Amino acid sequence: MSATVQAHIEDHADDHGHQHKQTFVTKYIFSQDHKMIAKQYLITGVLFMGFIGIAMSLLFRMQLAWPGESFSVFEALLGKWAPGGVMDADIYLALVTIHGTIMVFFVLTAGLSGTFSNLLIPLQIGARDMASGFLNMVSYWLFFISCVVMLSSLFIEAGPAAAGWTIYPPLSALPMAQPGSGLGMTLWLVAMAIFIASSLLGSLNYIVTVINLRTKGMSMTRLPLTIWAFFVTAIIGVVSFPVLLSAALLLIMDRSFGTSFFLSDIFIQGEVLHYQGGSPVLYEHLFWFLGHPEVYIVLLPALGITSEVMSTNARKPIFGYRAMIASIIAIAFLSTIVWGHHMFISGMNPFLGSVFTFTTLLIAIPSAVKAFNYITTLWKGNLQLNPAMLFSIGLVSTFITGGLTGIILGDSTLDINVHDTYFVVAHFHLVMGISALYGVFAGVYHWFPKMFEGKMMNKNLGYVHFWITAICAYGVFFPMHFVGMAGVPRRYYENTAFPMFDELTDVQVLMTVFALVAGLAQLVFLGNFIYSMFYGKIGPKNPWKSNTLEWTTPQEHIHGNWPGAIPQVHRWAYDYSKTGENGEYVIPGQDFIPQDVPLQEHEEEENH
Amino acid sequence: MTTFLILAVLVLVAIAIWQMTKIFELSQIKAVNSQIANDADNKYNGYLLFVFLIFIYGITIFSFAKYGKMLLPVAASEHGGEYDQLMVVSFAIIFFVQTITQALLHYFGYKYRGEEGKKALFYADNDKLEFIWTIIPVIVLAGLILWGLYTWTNIMDINDEDDPIVVELYAQQFNWTARYAGADNVLGDANVRMIDIDKANILGVDESDNYANDDIIVKELHLPVGRKVNFKMRSQDVLHSAYMPHFRAQMNCVPGMITQFSFTPTITTADMRNKPEIIEKVKRTNAIRAEKAAAGVENSDPWEFDYILLCNKICGKSHYNMQMKIIVEEEEDYNKWLAEQQTFAQSMASVQ
Repeated sequence: MSATVQAHIEDHADDHGHQHKQTFVTKYIFSQDHKMIAKQYLITGVLFMGFIGIAMSLLFRMQLAWPGESFSVFEALLGKWAPGGVMDADIYLALVTIHGTIMVFFVLTAGLSGTFSNLLIPLQIGARDMASGFLNMVSYWLFFISCVVMLSSLFIEAGPAAAGWTIYPPLSALPMAQPGSGLGMTLWLVAMAIFIASSLLGSLNYIVTVINLRTKGMSMTRLPLTIWAFFVTAIIGVVSFPVLLSAALLLIMDRSFGTSFFLSDIFIQGEVLHYQGGSPVLYEHLFWFLGHPEVYIVLLPALGITSEVMSTNARKPIFGYRAMIASIIAIAFLSTIVWGHHMFISGMNPFLGSVFTFTTLLIAIPSAVKAFNYITTLWKGNLQLNPAMLFSIGLVSTFITGGLTGIILGDSTLDINVHDTYFVVAHFHLVMGISALYGVFAGVYHWFPKMFEGKMMNKNLGYVHFWITAICAYGVFFPMHFVGMAGVPRRYYENTAFPMFDELTDVQVLMTVFALVAGLAQLVFLGNFIYSMFYGKIGPKNPWKSNTLEWTTPQEHIHGNWPGAIPQVHRWAYDYSKTGENGEYVIPGQDFIPQDVPLQEHEEEENH
Repeated sequence: MTTFLILAVLVLVAIAIWQMTKIFELSQIKAVNSQIANDADNKYNGYLLFVFLIFIYGITIFSFAKYGKMLLPVAASEHGGEYDQLMVVSFAIIFFVQTITQALLHYFGYKYRGEEGKKALFYADNDKLEFIWTIIPVIVLAGLILWGLYTWTNIMDINDEDDPIVVELYAQQFNWTARYAGADNVLGDANVRMIDIDKANILGVDESDNYANDDIIVKELHLPVGRKVNFKMRSQDVLHSAYMPHFRAQMNCVPGMITQFSFTPTITTADMRNKPEIIEKVKRTNAIRAEKAAAGVENSDPWEFDYILLCNKICGKSHYNMQMKIIVEEEEDYNKWLAEQQTFAQSMASVQ
């Protein structure tokens, strides 16, 4: 298939030599060009939604550190939900809920995959564009609508959804259970339904593109690990997102049409409701059937970016290329059969819990292999410590720290007492939140020149951004484990109702201070990004001396990516510092061999 | 005050780093002004990676030294001992791996920082190494899985051996109620459809069920030490979770179904209050509370240690204050207390 498509594309190579006439609307708004769509995702998903999501977390962290205190910033931002500047308990839950939703879905799913899959898949596999530019455009605009609907719920009378980002019924199903379960929850469900449609269109496009549009010589085992990660992520998305859609649809039916899929035997506000025979546990199964793979939808692209960035900057091939692919596939497979570890004490059969403990701890194995391979990639390298490289190293660090506590939470026995405490919050923020964000940052610093026609971000601001973020991330989430092990439940508006938690207020203050500083550090990034977008210095065509195909395209963006024929691929993406028998680099004076360079005389292709 | 100090220090550190990078930038005017890391960048960031390793160890030691004593006290239930043991072993493994891998990661980052003209080693794979670091986690995890599952099966095996007391924990927005099965040790049937607010039958207990007559409904949980308790959980509105951290016990309360958990309390409230770690904790806490009381903060009376039941599943506005006191006492005290309580039949009769 790939060969015929290739021939077809070459026929049309000339068509792409000239630029189509483009208006402002077709170039910047309804663009079908993958590079522009990637930038649209980056700016809407990561920068805009990310700003809101992080700002929300700072607000509720302030409430946790100084419970009941009056802040003028609360009054300014929350208005009637912060009478006298004191945050209301309902809006606290709403902030927690929307923070989770935005960060997990909008920033780290759409923002991360949307940006880098769109940018890198065509460029790194040697394709003119995505398989369907039109669907790609539709996917972005559905995402945009979904953002608008989600954010509009912040402005309604009763407030946005407030049942936690997992929106377990009956709390989310009954408007009388909390104010956020009225119109706010309806908007949440509508936004997510649109989001899922967008995500599916995007994922299908990625899959088809990777399978069909690889350039000549680009076999699956020569693909950069970024592409492997995006490809497998898209597959997990296609498998699991529809299940969340069904959960959302059934919940809408329960809410609006009186069905009883998730509800039974309910007495609330003085009356018995008619619901009979449903089960909230069913909802939990459906939600986590997506919810757990979702963790890997967030994490795998970040790991893929890290593989590429780390290998390039270490000037070494990624260690264990095939083992990396195998572990990506193993993680993807296992991720679909571990969802029950979120439900050990949900009331489901304990035997089922045993099975999920088993599969969950298995997933630690491919994860460990990946971590060890990253460490070995650094060994005896010639590390170019660019900001992107530092974020990649930081990712491996938080991935290990956060991943290890998964051994506690994945064990059904140990989960009993730390379930739903701050221990969980610390665990998943480190392993998927911070790690995936580091992946985003690594990707932005590394591919910024590719996105903005050769302009580069300021490295010194990048260093400031990295070091403050790295210290603060541990400063927030490391002590948080202790709060969890002291038994403090998550999603508590304040802990003052329990004297046994009094002495932990100090820890909350420490975490909040670190969080506020970390938030400020992100402004450094934002400023750097915006400044460099307009005034960044143009760097060399291949600034990081990388092997992958995207650096063979001209700096200025053209429709179709390459002005002439698409380059052919002759080797894998990781021939860094490869030497011949005489100990010299294969290409004299150059420590890298781009993928489009044919095998040299006497050179053996690695049997990686 | 300390907060602002920390804040000020952090801001100053940030400014210092910024200024340093600026000076550094200015001192390099001769070099090509490029945004790609050069040898000096590699050098400084390599050193910083090493410092960061020390920071990670430092924050670990700091947290243990400062917050280690704030963790939950010794388990007050029979299975809690096994739970704590498994937790300690898991943590030992985690810290061992964490210490080594972070050291390697950051040390390599420091040691192999780039220099112009240095050659990296072309080292693409090694099956033996891959095998080693696949098989070691397999063995360690297999051990943890087996131990964990053995303990899990024991904890979750809820049966009627050893003459357990049967207690229902009933959750609603935003409080707990307990129902003892009474002399016959069988709970009467109940359903939300039988709730009768006028007669104060808030749990919806079936008046026509004979087992229900001797049931005892209370707002404070008393448990005899050394006697197994089988809990049956119900919820009338949304999901709640009955979390009893001192007993290493937790189970969700799900509308429409009855969930269960079982444990045997081993330490009475009085004994727990006399444990040195608890005496210390109460002292620390009351010092904080005295400070608050002096500042005129409400709800800051001195505290006495008690076991507690918390709601640990988001359930609405007052989720953060849904609690019930648990008192573990000698069996005779327990029996005396129980005898003083009204039975369901008595309370129904008193209404009519």
